[in-house]
Amino acid sequence: MAANIIETLEREELARVRGEKTIPVFSPGDTLRVNVKIKEGERERVQAFEGVCIARSGGGLNESFTVRKLSFGEGVERVFPVNSPLLDSIEVKRRGKVRRAKLYYLRGRAGKRARIAERTTGRREEDGGAED
Amino acid sequence: MRTGLIAKKVGMTRVFAEDGAHIPVTVLSLEGCQVVAVRTKQDREVDVKKRGEVVGKATRNDGYTAVVLAAGERKAKNIAKPVRGQFSKAGVAPKAVVREFRVAEDMLLDVGAELSAEHFVPGQKVDIAGITKGRGFSGAMRRWNFGGLRATHGVSVSHRSHGSTGQRQDPGKVFRGKKMAGHYGVERVTQQNLEIVRTDPARGLIMVRGAVPGAENGWVEIRDAVKRARPEAAPTPAALKSATAAQAEGEV
Repeated sequence: MAANIIETLEREELARVRGEKTIPVFSPGDTLRVNVKIKEGERERVQAFEGVCIARSGGGLNESFTVRKLSFGEGVERVFPVNSPLLDSIEVKRRGKVRRAKLYYLRGRAGKRARIAERTTGRREEDGGAED
Repeated sequence: MRTGLIAKKVGMTRVFAEDGAHIPVTVLSLEGCQVVAVRTKQDREVDVKKRGEVVGKATRNDGYTAVVLAAGERKAKNIAKPVRGQFSKAGVAPKAVVREFRVAEDMLLDVGAELSAEHFVPGQKVDIAGITKGRGFSGAMRRWNFGGLRATHGVSVSHRSHGSTGQRQDPGKVFRGKKMAGHYGVERVTQQNLEIVRTDPARGLIMVRGAVPGAENGWVEIRDAVKRARPEAAPTPAALKSATAAQAEGEV
């Protein structure tokens, strides 16, 4: 057991935070709608953050992804841990056709030049199941 | 004052709190932490020996109260004979590290008792001591957080130097204790008020919020925080592994 205690703990923690929740398959370039739980005093509500996923980083319990959107003409990026209990759900709105894992080049672009073509064929088009 | 524990630093990971916050934790493993001796103020009779022969009796006491804990595994052949004798006297398998923990008189434990991770309760603050990673011969910037010299404006070669070390002919010397480059690391450091996040008695694991001195696989001592009151829920004199718990662990 000695060497992989951390691995075991991370697997257990992952199972614990995931619970019944399923996380759809998505990759950089996809347009996502991330529903975030927000606590206002006693009340809890869900707020959506919709934009393009420009990066995924880390793995397992430590995985996170970055979503970029334009808010009143200003670029806004938010990094979410994939397994955060604050994430209510993630919806994939649109699949993007990109050739890079990190779409940081979008930061320097706006309008028409920041478009991403839709991916209509290829890998696991149907997000049938949750990724593991 | 309760006894502390000896633990091995396993590594770091993260856990998520219920409110969504993620907590960086260091995982510490108990590795069979057992009592090998106790020090008491009670008088006891010992033989006075001269060249191996008993020449008389005397009464001795330790003058303080403490428990001696040991943890880890080590082959008997790799342990000095006198230490091996102490283990065999206690009826405990030879262990890698031995540490003494000062305790109050009513907090003494039985020799051979094995401690459990439940000794500390989640939310409790603890002090953790370990031997820091060695950094070798380090400059003043790394060792003492000096600022170094400027990158430009005529500075040549000595960008990371410590600068001046004193005044002029008066006092005409460098004061003792002046912070300079030198050996850094491999020293005992105690980090105070670290929070216990979770304990896992079945596997003997303790999760502590934040970083702990030393490298992975290094040994650390965990004690109740000296600057905080011990929580009511913390077991006194110590949380011990009962025979049944030990059996359950054997099956895992």
